[in-house]
Amino acid sequence: MSGFFDLPSDLGQSWLGLVGLHLREALLPVLAGLLVSLPVAQLCVRFRWIYPPVLGIATILYAIPSLAFFVVLIDYFGQSETTVMIPLALYSLVVLVPAIVDGVRSVPPETLAAAQAMGFGAVRRYFQVQLPLAVPAIIAGLRVATVSSISLVSVGMLIGNQGALGNMLYAAQTYGRPALAVNAVLTIGVLGMLADAALVLLRLLLTPWMPRKGAGR
Amino acid sequence: MNVLDFARAFFADSAHWHGYDGIPTRFAEHIGYCLEALAIAAVIGLPVGLLTGHTGRGGNALALLATAGRALPSFGLLVLMFIWIGLGLLPVMIPLVVLAVPPILVTTYEAVRSVDPSPVDAARGMGMPEARVLFQVEVPVALPLILSGLRTAAVQIVSTATIAAYVSLGGLGRYIIDGLYQKDYAKVVGGAALVAGLALVTLAVFWAVARLAVSPGVRRGGRG
Repeated sequence: MSGFFDLPSDLGQSWLGLVGLHLREALLPVLAGLLVSLPVAQLCVRFRWIYPPVLGIATILYAIPSLAFFVVLIDYFGQSETTVMIPLALYSLVVLVPAIVDGVRSVPPETLAAAQAMGFGAVRRYFQVQLPLAVPAIIAGLRVATVSSISLVSVGMLIGNQGALGNMLYAAQTYGRPALAVNAVLTIGVLGMLADAALVLLRLLLTPWMPRKGAGR
Repeated sequence: MNVLDFARAFFADSAHWHGYDGIPTRFAEHIGYCLEALAIAAVIGLPVGLLTGHTGRGGNALALLATAGRALPSFGLLVLMFIWIGLGLLPVMIPLVVLAVPPILVTTYEAVRSVDPSPVDAARGMGMPEARVLFQVEVPVALPLILSGLRTAAVQIVSTATIAAYVSLGGLGRYIIDGLYQKDYAKVVGGAALVAGLALVTLAVFWAVARLAVSPGVRRGGRG
């Protein structure tokens, strides 16, 4: 009788090891997505005409199933973590760019005028006024991107066991141990919810000026 | 060969246009799964969203439920349901519905919540019963947002329904899964292009529905 957290040795990892691997495969792409989407969103705010085409391309990318992405990328990066992480980074870009654009655009013009009157240059105004005020919108986008990234990593199982916790799904089928699949689904679900809660906490820390009552936005 | 060559090779192969494994058959299967999943999700999500939005209660519980729904991996649920239930449509429908209910539920709740309170008060003042307040005042005003929730759910279903092929069902995912195992990248790219195309068609359908169903007054004054 094997315990709930005892994994078959061919997974090559302990349960905790898989959790660490899963978080790395899921969170690095979101971080990369955030780093890319900040300048892209800034371009979209500055030059309004590029926003619609950027959104259009993003929508098409988002509609491509992750598995198809993985399979095509195998040709270039092999059956590796990189292959799993590139599509996840693209997906988070799709969620983050509109969130940041909306957030930055929603800063009231009076606030910007006040900053300008105080002698803030464009760069300083962006980092000290626009970006902090856009934090709630950015975090809202990050929550969606992070949770879906954590849940999508499992599909990587199909391309040579690159799915971290998702690899337990294959083991569950091979060895006829449904408990392994239950474990995978629950662990991934709990990780997603914990990451979500951590982001909510981060927002509370970053936005001390916002009213505290209720669930917020 | 780059991605475009793969796509060209796939669509140029006349074998992909007829019969059991032909594009029309797979397309029809895929649309069938998607419509069924969206219908089930809407039947669950819309009434609950409308009710909680109208009364303004249960918002926190909904937010929690939505996060849980998003956090559960669709592919993991599929494999788990396949192990538990076996072959069939049910193991596919469960993850798709779990995926689609949260956006419908949360957006509908937010949509009804954010309706301008003054016309709602006016309707109550005129003696409208609550059900009429909901369906004749709140829903028409909230309709653009409600439709956007359904649209998000539909697009996600279209792209996720490809996993049905993993448990030997049909749909456009067949090309992607079969292509993976046959190392036939043209097939994978072709399948992905078809799914992306279907997602765009879905967007267009929702745009048209919004055009027809949303009252012109709401559209003019509305938040788009």
